Amino acid sequence: MELVAEHLGKRFGTVEALADVSFGAAAGEVLGLLGPNGAGKSTAVGIIAGLVRPDRGSVRIGGDAIGTDAAPAKRRIGLVPQEIALFDELPARMNLRFFGALYGLSGRVLAARVAEALDLVQLSERAGDLPREFSGGMRRRLNIAAALLHQPRLLLLDEPTVGVDPQSRNAIFGTIQALADAGRTVLYTTHYMEEVERLCRRVVVIDHGRVLADDTLEGLMARAPTASRLILSLDASPGPAALAELAALPGVTGTEAVGGELVVLAGDLGAATPRVLECLAARGIRCQALHSRRPNLEDAFLALTGRTLRDA
Amino acid sequence: MNPNLVAFRALVYRDVATFLRDRRALAVSLLTPIAIAAFFGFVFGGSGDRDTGIAKMPVGIVDLDRSAMSAALVADLAKDAALEVEVVTEPVARDKVKAGKLRAALVLPAGFGAGASRALFGVTDKPDLQLLYDPSQSLVKPVLEGLVTQHVMQNVTRDLFSAGGSTAVTDDMLARLRTADGIAPDTRSDLISLLQSARRVQSRPPPPGGAQGTGGLTVPFTLKSESVTSGPHYNAYAHSFAGMSVQFILFMGIDAGVGLLLMRELGVWRRLRAAPVSRAVLLGSRIVGTATIAMLILAFVYLVAMTVFSVRISGSVAGFAAVAVAFALLAATTGLMIAALGRSVPATRGLSVLVVLMLVMLGGAWVPTFVFPEWLQHVSAFAPTRWAVDGLDAMTWRGLPASAAVKPVALLLLWSAGFLAIALWRFDWDSD
Ligand SMILES: Nc1ncnc2c1ncn2[C@@H]1O[C@H](COP(=O)(O)OP(=O)(O)OP(=O)(O)O)[C@@H](O)[C@H]1O
Ligand SMILES: [Mg+2]
Repeated sequence: MELVAEHLGKRFGTVEALADVSFGAAAGEVLGLLGPNGAGKSTAVGIIAGLVRPDRGSVRIGGDAIGTDAAPAKRRIGLVPQEIALFDELPARMNLRFFGALYGLSGRVLAARVAEALDLVQLSERAGDLPREFSGGMRRRLNIAAALLHQPRLLLLDEPTVGVDPQSRNAIFGTIQALADAGRTVLYTTHYMEEVERLCRRVVVIDHGRVLADDTLEGLMARAPTASRLILSLDASPGPAALAELAALPGVTGTEAVGGELVVLAGDLGAATPRVLECLAARGIRCQALHSRRPNLEDAFLALTGRTLRDA
Repeated sequence: MNPNLVAFRALVYRDVATFLRDRRALAVSLLTPIAIAAFFGFVFGGSGDRDTGIAKMPVGIVDLDRSAMSAALVADLAKDAALEVEVVTEPVARDKVKAGKLRAALVLPAGFGAGASRALFGVTDKPDLQLLYDPSQSLVKPVLEGLVTQHVMQNVTRDLFSAGGSTAVTDDMLARLRTADGIAPDTRSDLISLLQSARRVQSRPPPPGGAQGTGGLTVPFTLKSESVTSGPHYNAYAHSFAGMSVQFILFMGIDAGVGLLLMRELGVWRRLRAAPVSRAVLLGSRIVGTATIAMLILAFVYLVAMTVFSVRISGSVAGFAAVAVAFALLAATTGLMIAALGRSVPATRGLSVLVVLMLVMLGGAWVPTFVFPEWLQHVSAFAPTRWAVDGLDAMTWRGLPASAAVKPVALLLLWSAGFLAIALWRFDWDSD
């Protein structure tokens, strides 16, 4: 294991940011760290990066313990903080030169790495401009580039796509994928399901400072109610009696009225759908549109935490 | 190259580059001290190249005597190089002194001329001469007392020892001497013969052309005064530039401290701590960076002071450099201490500016400490700014040798060490 975090605990005053969190990431893996606001993700990242002193627990990177001062293990880490940590008064290239030098790079090596990183995040053409003149997405990309100069074996990305346009997001995903393919280990923190589904094979779900699940995507889905969803737009809302009747239909595992929509959960949609439509027609309710989807990570998260990520 | 050194250099370079790229900071730190120093220097007497350097003292004279002697006295005082005399009535004199338009006013009472002559030998009562002065101009009193004594004595005795002088007063004095009590008989007869000799001089016809023989008793020497600095000239700009560079470099130090608080707020500090750099490198580079900026400001401001305002480092150049380095360290450690003690950015900035302004005034950056009342001069010895200004003064217009820089440098370093100790003690490493 490239990264091992064991029994991390951290309290800020009365807030228990981390109660007991353990996870590990193998070399070359993109591990998703998923959790709602305040779950303790940034605290965990801070401890791994040697910025926050844990009350309990330990972190090992490539087998070495991490301290909070100038530990050599810090050279193996590239931190992309949740806040954009750039110097707005210095042009993009100078920012990168600065961060490279912090890790001891100088001369030709530094120049080459800076050029490489600019290229990777597609900012070479804007290298002479100030970050404050950049778009949100460009700033995020530069923020990531600043963590790559010393070629860290472990990359810690704390919500790197917040406030980013789709184009920049795709560029960022491409960058991360390329780094993983090159053998880097990535810890990817987010509260966006789609990002985890797209980037990670394994996910650690945390909430209230505890690990709720640590599994592959498939494994996680398997824990979720396996029901698919049938979503119908109706011209009139079904009453409680109708909902009860629908829920009692064979193959239907649950119903839910959300806004003007009816959501029906069923193991086998092919069998359940005609029965649902018949039942509604018998009650004089007409269906205007319908679609269905398979369970996703969002549903799994809901099943695990009892709340959705978006409004968490 | 050693990675720690590379990181250290990068941190220092970033501090300096950020300062140089910030137009506002540059303008505030470089142009404002020059503008204000130029103003203060001009007000306090310019570069001393012209002899009109010391302004004449505006003084009013109220002549209630209107005798020949009082007229002569007024004329003499008016000729004095140190005074600018205005003849006024008493109410006007009081008003103008009160308003600060006249530093002082002299009231010659009726009968002053005759009374002063008679009182010369202490036989009759002395007439009162009234001096109205502005209490904020405490120096004016001894100066005027001296000048008035000189001119009154000269005028009183001139009449007595000149051919063609008026004998009336002499006769009167002779009569009083003969009858006065409390004079030893020997003294009485000697004084009488002295006055009789004087009367013989007076009764001779005056020399042609009306020139009076002697000018009366004069001060028996001429005072050639020379402003004593080892440097070529006292230059008021030298002091004002010292004061203003000290003030604005300390302001820059505050900005550096507040800048660190700002970095914390923005999460940049957290990012720096994620790098494999030790605390010593993080704080040490900050001190070196701020001190470098301080020295750049000082160098630039003094370059302008020297080329435009004829300020000279008349003392030891090495001493000047030592004072500059010690003060730059003071500014840097002040910033670090502020960063360690401060919490919110605006409150910290406001409070520090206030404290620095007070220290700067106390240190004599605005008005030299030697015009302070004595107790305040003692208090100001506890302001590190005082030693910065004194040190710069000593190496510029006072033209003192390097040894005179030792005390200021030592005290500045001591203060810096104190500030650094507080900064290290209070610095919060655990939060962002
Ligand atoms: N420095 C701190 N001082 C006090 N409380 C803190 C501090 N850092 C985090 N917390 C608290 O700890 C809890 C976990 O915070 P953390 O930032 O780790 O969550 P997160 O999962 O990163 O959330 P988000 O998605 O909003 O970034 C929160 O309740 C937060 O308020
Ligand atoms: Mg966070």
